[in-house]
Amino acid sequence: MSFYLAIIGTKDNAVYDLEFGTYRQGGDGTSKFSADMKQLCPFIVHSSLDIVEEMQWNTNVMHLKVIDKFYNYLISAYMTAGNMKFLLLHETRADDVIRQFFVDLYDLYVKTLMSPFYAVDQTITSPVFDQRVKMLAKKYL
Amino acid sequence: MARTPRQVGEEVWKTRIEKVNAELVTLTYGSVVAQLCKDFGNDYIQVNEQLDKMGYNIGIRLIEDFLARANTSRCRTFKDTAEIISKVGFKIFLNITPTVGNWTPDNKQFSLIFDENPLADFVELPDDGKAVNELWYSNVLCGVLRGALEMVQTQVEAQFVSDVLRGHETTEMRVTLIRILEDEMPVGDD
Repeated sequence: MSFYLAIIGTKDNAVYDLEFGTYRQGGDGTSKFSADMKQLCPFIVHSSLDIVEEMQWNTNVMHLKVIDKFYNYLISAYMTAGNMKFLLLHETRADDVIRQFFVDLYDLYVKTLMSPFYAVDQTITSPVFDQRVKMLAKKYL
Repeated sequence: MARTPRQVGEEVWKTRIEKVNAELVTLTYGSVVAQLCKDFGNDYIQVNEQLDKMGYNIGIRLIEDFLARANTSRCRTFKDTAEIISKVGFKIFLNITPTVGNWTPDNKQFSLIFDENPLADFVELPDDGKAVNELWYSNVLCGVLRGALEMVQTQVEAQFVSDVLRGHETTEMRVTLIRILEDEMPVGDD
Protein backbone atom coordinates (compact mmCIF):
# COMPACT_ATOMS: atom_id res chain seq x y z
CA MET A 1 0.00 0.00 0.00
CA SER A 2 1.66 3.14 -1.15
CA PHE A 3 0.99 6.79 -0.59
CA TYR A 4 1.97 10.04 -2.21
CA LEU A 5 1.62 13.20 -0.16
CA ALA A 6 1.78 16.67 -1.68
CA ILE A 7 1.45 20.05 -0.04
CA ILE A 8 0.36 22.69 -2.52
CA GLY A 9 0.67 26.40 -1.79
CA THR A 10 -1.71 29.28 -2.18
CA LYS A 11 -0.44 29.96 -5.69
CA ASP A 12 -0.80 26.30 -6.70
CA ASN A 13 2.94 25.90 -6.28
CA ALA A 14 4.46 22.73 -4.88
CA VAL A 15 5.68 23.18 -1.32
CA TYR A 16 6.47 19.67 -0.23
CA ASP A 17 6.00 16.13 -1.45
CA LEU A 18 6.72 12.70 -0.14
CA GLU A 19 6.30 9.18 -1.42
CA PHE A 20 5.99 6.44 1.14
CA GLY A 21 4.45 3.07 1.78
CA THR A 22 2.48 1.64 4.63
CA TYR A 23 4.13 0.47 7.83
CA ARG A 24 1.18 -1.81 8.66
CA GLN A 25 1.20 -5.55 8.21
CA GLY A 26 4.93 -5.82 7.92
CA GLY A 27 5.33 -3.06 5.34
CA ASP A 28 8.72 -1.41 5.42
CA GLY A 29 7.61 2.08 4.50
CA THR A 30 8.91 2.20 0.96
CA SER A 31 6.37 2.90 -1.72
CA LYS A 32 5.50 0.13 -4.12
CA PHE A 33 4.55 2.35 -7.02
CA SER A 34 5.69 1.12 -10.41
CA ALA A 35 8.12 3.37 -12.29
CA ASP A 36 5.29 4.75 -14.46
CA MET A 37 3.17 5.39 -11.45
CA LYS A 38 5.99 7.26 -9.71
CA GLN A 39 6.13 9.70 -12.61
CA LEU A 40 2.38 10.04 -12.78
CA CYS A 41 1.76 10.73 -9.08
CA PRO A 42 2.45 14.49 -9.14
CA PHE A 43 0.33 14.86 -12.29
CA ILE A 44 -2.64 13.01 -10.83
CA VAL A 45 -2.46 14.97 -7.62
CA HIS A 46 -2.20 18.33 -9.37
CA SER A 47 -5.03 17.54 -11.72
CA SER A 48 -7.37 17.16 -8.78
CA LEU A 49 -6.60 20.71 -7.62
CA ASP A 50 -9.56 22.12 -9.59
CA ILE A 51 -11.90 19.81 -7.77
CA VAL A 52 -10.45 20.85 -4.42
CA GLU A 53 -11.04 24.49 -5.18
CA GLU A 54 -14.59 23.77 -6.22
CA MET A 55 -15.36 21.62 -3.21
CA GLN A 56 -13.90 23.97 -0.63
CA TRP A 57 -16.92 26.24 -0.92
CA ASN A 58 -19.44 23.44 -0.36
CA THR A 59 -18.30 22.57 3.12
CA ASN A 60 -17.15 24.37 6.24
CA VAL A 61 -14.79 21.67 7.51
CA MET A 62 -11.14 21.43 6.55
CA HIS A 63 -11.07 17.71 5.73
CA LEU A 64 -12.54 17.21 2.27
CA LYS A 65 -12.13 13.41 2.34
CA VAL A 66 -11.91 11.66 -1.02
CA ILE A 67 -12.36 14.13 -3.83
CA ASP A 68 -11.14 12.32 -6.91
CA LYS A 69 -10.42 8.90 -8.32
CA PHE A 70 -7.85 7.77 -10.81
CA TYR A 71 -8.37 4.14 -11.84
CA ASN A 72 -7.96 2.39 -8.53
CA TYR A 73 -6.25 5.28 -6.73
CA LEU A 74 -8.12 7.70 -4.49
CA ILE A 75 -7.15 11.26 -3.70
CA SER A 76 -8.03 12.78 -0.35
CA ALA A 77 -7.70 16.45 0.38
CA TYR A 78 -7.43 18.72 3.40
CA MET A 79 -7.71 22.47 3.03
CA THR A 80 -6.09 24.60 5.72
CA ALA A 81 -7.28 27.95 7.01
CA GLY A 82 -4.46 29.63 5.10
CA ASN A 83 -5.49 28.10 1.78
CA MET A 84 -2.77 25.45 1.76
CA LYS A 85 -3.84 22.16 0.23
CA PHE A 86 -2.70 18.81 1.61
CA LEU A 87 -3.32 16.07 -0.96
CA LEU A 88 -2.84 12.38 -0.41
CA LEU A 89 -2.91 9.76 -3.12
CA HIS A 90 -3.81 6.37 -1.68
CA GLU A 91 -5.32 3.04 -2.61
CA THR A 92 -7.82 2.16 0.10
CA ARG A 93 -10.40 4.27 1.88
CA ALA A 94 -9.43 5.27 5.42
CA ASP A 95 -11.16 8.59 6.00
CA ASP A 96 -10.78 8.74 9.74
CA VAL A 97 -7.12 7.76 9.87
CA ILE A 98 -6.26 10.08 7.02
CA ARG A 99 -8.07 12.92 8.74
CA GLN A 100 -5.97 12.41 11.88
CA PHE A 101 -2.84 12.29 9.75
CA PHE A 102 -3.80 15.56 8.06
CA VAL A 103 -4.57 17.25 11.36
CA ASP A 104 -1.15 16.35 12.75
CA LEU A 105 0.45 17.42 9.50
CA TYR A 106 -1.30 20.78 9.84
CA ASP A 107 0.22 21.10 13.30
CA LEU A 108 3.69 20.44 11.87
CA TYR A 109 3.06 22.89 9.06
CA VAL A 110 2.06 25.66 11.47
CA LYS A 111 5.23 25.09 13.47
CA THR A 112 7.27 25.45 10.26
CA LEU A 113 5.36 28.61 9.43
CA MET A 114 6.27 30.10 12.83
CA SER A 115 9.95 30.36 11.87
CA PRO A 116 10.71 33.94 10.81
CA PHE A 117 12.95 32.66 8.03
CA TYR A 118 10.19 30.67 6.35
CA ALA A 119 7.90 32.59 3.98
CA VAL A 120 4.43 31.46 2.94
CA ASP A 121 4.52 29.34 -0.24
CA GLN A 122 8.22 28.68 0.18
CA THR A 123 9.24 25.06 -0.40
CA ILE A 124 9.94 23.13 2.76
CA THR A 125 13.44 21.69 2.61
CA SER A 126 14.09 21.07 6.28
CA PRO A 127 15.19 17.50 6.99
CA VAL A 128 13.60 17.79 10.44
CA PHE A 129 10.21 18.38 8.85
CA ASP A 130 10.80 15.44 6.53
CA GLN A 131 11.66 13.16 9.41
CA ARG A 132 8.61 14.24 11.40
CA VAL A 133 6.26 13.66 8.46
CA LYS A 134 7.70 10.17 8.07
CA MET A 135 7.07 9.54 11.77
CA LEU A 136 3.48 10.67 11.35
CA ALA A 137 3.09 8.38 8.38
CA LYS A 138 4.40 5.54 10.47
CA LYS A 139 1.99 6.39 13.24
CA TYR A 140 -1.18 6.63 11.22
CA LEU A 141 -0.85 4.99 7.83
CA MET B 1 10.76 39.13 53.49
CA ALA B 2 12.21 38.54 50.02
CA ARG B 3 15.94 38.19 50.31
CA THR B 4 17.56 35.77 47.89
CA PRO B 5 17.66 36.98 44.28
CA ARG B 6 15.45 34.05 43.29
CA GLN B 7 12.73 35.08 45.74
CA VAL B 8 12.97 38.73 44.72
CA GLY B 9 12.59 37.73 41.08
CA GLU B 10 9.56 35.54 41.73
CA GLU B 11 7.87 38.17 43.85
CA VAL B 12 8.38 40.99 41.34
CA TRP B 13 7.26 38.73 38.49
CA LYS B 14 4.06 37.83 40.29
CA THR B 15 3.06 41.26 41.51
CA ARG B 16 4.60 44.16 39.67
CA ILE B 17 4.77 43.12 36.03
CA GLU B 18 2.17 43.48 33.30
CA LYS B 19 2.27 40.41 31.09
CA VAL B 20 2.21 40.27 27.30
CA ASN B 21 1.62 37.33 24.98
CA ALA B 22 4.86 35.39 24.52
CA GLU B 23 4.13 34.48 20.90
CA LEU B 24 3.75 38.16 20.06
CA VAL B 25 7.28 38.77 21.39
CA THR B 26 8.69 35.73 19.59
CA LEU B 27 7.09 36.64 16.26
CA THR B 28 8.03 40.32 16.54
CA TYR B 29 11.66 39.55 17.33
CA GLY B 30 11.66 36.97 14.55
CA SER B 31 10.49 39.44 11.96
CA VAL B 32 13.12 41.95 13.16
CA VAL B 33 15.91 39.42 12.61
CA ALA B 34 14.49 38.21 9.29
CA GLN B 35 14.13 41.76 8.00
CA LEU B 36 17.67 42.64 9.11
CA CYS B 37 18.96 39.62 7.20
CA LYS B 38 17.09 40.70 4.08
CA ASP B 39 18.19 44.32 4.40
CA PHE B 40 21.87 43.44 4.81
CA GLY B 41 21.78 40.85 2.05
CA ASN B 42 22.43 37.95 4.40
CA ASP B 43 25.63 39.49 5.76
CA TYR B 44 25.19 37.80 9.11
CA ILE B 45 28.21 39.42 10.74
CA GLN B 46 26.59 42.83 10.12
CA VAL B 47 23.26 41.51 11.38
CA ASN B 48 24.94 40.39 14.60
CA GLU B 49 26.42 43.86 15.05
CA GLN B 50 23.08 45.56 14.42
CA LEU B 51 21.31 43.28 16.88
CA ASP B 52 23.99 44.13 19.44
CA LYS B 53 23.51 47.87 18.82
CA MET B 54 19.74 47.54 19.12
CA GLY B 55 20.22 45.61 22.32
CA TYR B 56 22.54 48.31 23.65
CA ASN B 57 19.87 50.96 23.07
CA ILE B 58 17.31 48.78 24.78
CA GLY B 59 19.64 48.06 27.69
CA ILE B 60 20.45 51.66 28.58
CA ARG B 61 16.71 52.30 29.00
CA LEU B 62 15.79 48.95 30.45
CA ILE B 63 18.08 49.35 33.46
CA GLU B 64 15.92 52.20 34.82
CA ASP B 65 12.79 50.09 34.51
CA PHE B 66 14.58 47.22 36.19
CA LEU B 67 15.84 49.25 39.14
CA ALA B 68 12.43 50.85 39.61
CA ARG B 69 10.70 47.49 39.79
CA ALA B 70 13.22 45.28 41.50
CA ASN B 71 14.56 47.81 43.97
CA THR B 72 17.56 45.62 44.77
CA SER B 73 20.48 46.94 46.77
CA ARG B 74 23.83 47.71 45.15
CA CYS B 75 25.78 44.61 44.16
CA ARG B 76 28.99 44.27 46.13
CA THR B 77 30.79 41.88 43.80
CA PHE B 78 30.57 40.81 40.19
CA LYS B 79 29.21 37.49 41.44
CA ASP B 80 26.26 39.32 43.01
CA THR B 81 25.71 41.09 39.70
CA ALA B 82 25.58 37.77 37.88
CA GLU B 83 23.03 36.34 40.29
CA ILE B 84 20.80 39.40 40.06
CA ILE B 85 20.97 39.38 36.26
CA SER B 86 19.96 35.76 35.98
CA LYS B 87 17.44 35.41 38.83
CA VAL B 88 15.79 38.85 38.76
CA GLY B 89 16.61 40.55 35.47
CA PHE B 90 15.83 37.74 33.06
CA LYS B 91 12.96 36.60 35.27
CA ILE B 92 11.22 39.96 35.11
CA PHE B 93 11.59 40.53 31.39
CA LEU B 94 11.54 37.07 29.82
CA ASN B 95 10.33 34.83 32.65
CA ILE B 96 13.39 32.61 32.35
CA THR B 97 16.24 32.01 34.78
CA PRO B 98 19.42 31.09 32.94
CA THR B 99 22.01 29.29 35.04
CA VAL B 100 25.19 31.08 36.03
CA GLY B 101 28.29 28.98 35.66
CA ASN B 102 31.83 28.53 34.39
CA TRP B 103 33.39 31.21 36.56
CA THR B 104 37.04 31.95 35.82
CA PRO B 105 39.37 31.85 38.88
CA ASP B 106 39.70 35.64 38.94
CA ASN B 107 35.86 35.93 39.02
CA LYS B 108 35.82 38.27 36.06
CA GLN B 109 34.08 36.02 33.56
CA PHE B 110 30.99 33.86 33.76
CA SER B 111 28.58 32.04 31.50
CA LEU B 112 24.83 32.26 31.30
CA ILE B 113 23.40 28.95 30.17
CA PHE B 114 19.89 29.17 28.74
CA ASP B 115 17.82 26.01 28.84
CA GLU B 116 14.93 27.82 27.18
CA ASN B 117 14.96 30.87 24.96
CA PRO B 118 11.53 32.35 24.23
CA LEU B 119 12.99 34.57 21.50
CA ALA B 120 13.96 31.52 19.48
CA ASP B 121 10.85 29.34 19.76
CA PHE B 122 10.10 27.45 16.53
CA VAL B 123 12.95 29.17 14.72
CA GLU B 124 14.93 27.32 12.09
CA LEU B 125 17.95 29.11 10.67
CA PRO B 126 17.98 29.45 6.87
CA ASP B 127 19.55 26.66 4.90
CA ASP B 128 22.20 28.64 3.07
CA GLY B 129 25.17 27.15 4.93
CA LYS B 130 26.29 30.59 6.15
CA ALA B 131 23.63 31.38 8.73
CA VAL B 132 24.28 28.30 10.77
CA ASN B 133 27.94 29.31 11.16
CA GLU B 134 27.69 33.08 11.39
CA LEU B 135 24.38 34.25 12.81
CA TRP B 136 23.83 34.60 16.57
CA TYR B 137 20.05 34.75 16.55
CA SER B 138 19.58 36.11 20.08
CA ASN B 139 22.44 38.59 19.91
CA VAL B 140 20.14 41.40 21.05
CA LEU B 141 20.45 39.95 24.56
CA CYS B 142 24.21 40.59 24.56
CA GLY B 143 23.62 44.23 23.69
CA VAL B 144 20.98 44.56 26.38
CA LEU B 145 23.36 43.30 29.05
CA ARG B 146 26.18 45.51 27.82
CA GLY B 147 23.98 48.63 27.77
CA ALA B 148 22.27 48.01 31.06
CA LEU B 149 25.48 47.28 32.95
CA GLU B 150 27.23 50.28 31.46
CA MET B 151 24.59 52.49 33.05
CA VAL B 152 25.52 51.08 36.43
CA GLN B 153 29.21 51.72 36.03
CA THR B 154 30.13 48.22 34.91
CA GLN B 155 31.74 47.79 31.52
CA VAL B 156 31.30 44.27 30.19
CA GLU B 157 31.63 42.35 27.00
CA ALA B 158 28.96 39.77 26.24
CA GLN B 159 28.85 37.27 23.42
CA PHE B 160 27.29 33.96 22.61
CA VAL B 161 29.58 30.95 22.43
CA SER B 162 27.00 28.32 21.55
CA ASP B 163 23.39 28.22 20.38
CA VAL B 164 20.95 25.34 19.97
CA LEU B 165 19.73 26.94 16.74
CA ARG B 166 23.20 26.33 15.37
CA GLY B 167 23.12 22.70 16.39
CA HIS B 168 25.05 22.98 19.65
CA GLU B 169 23.80 21.30 22.79
CA THR B 170 23.19 24.42 24.85
CA THR B 171 22.73 28.13 24.36
CA GLU B 172 25.51 29.83 26.29
CA MET B 173 26.49 33.49 26.63
CA ARG B 174 29.89 34.48 28.00
CA VAL B 175 30.03 37.72 30.01
CA THR B 176 33.39 39.33 30.77
CA LEU B 177 33.99 42.20 33.15
CA ILE B 178 36.26 44.74 31.47
CA ARG B 179 36.36 47.35 34.20
CA ILE B 180 34.34 49.24 36.75
CA LEU B 181 33.76 52.74 35.43
CA GLU B 182 34.63 55.55 37.77
CA ASP B 183 32.85 58.87 37.34
CA GLU B 184 35.38 61.25 35.95
CA MET B 185 35.46 64.94 36.63
CA PRO B 186 35.20 66.92 33.42
CA VAL B 187 38.38 68.69 32.50
CA GLY B 188 38.03 72.37 33.14
CA ASP B 189 39.18 75.36 35.08
CA ASP B 190 38.83 74.92 38.84
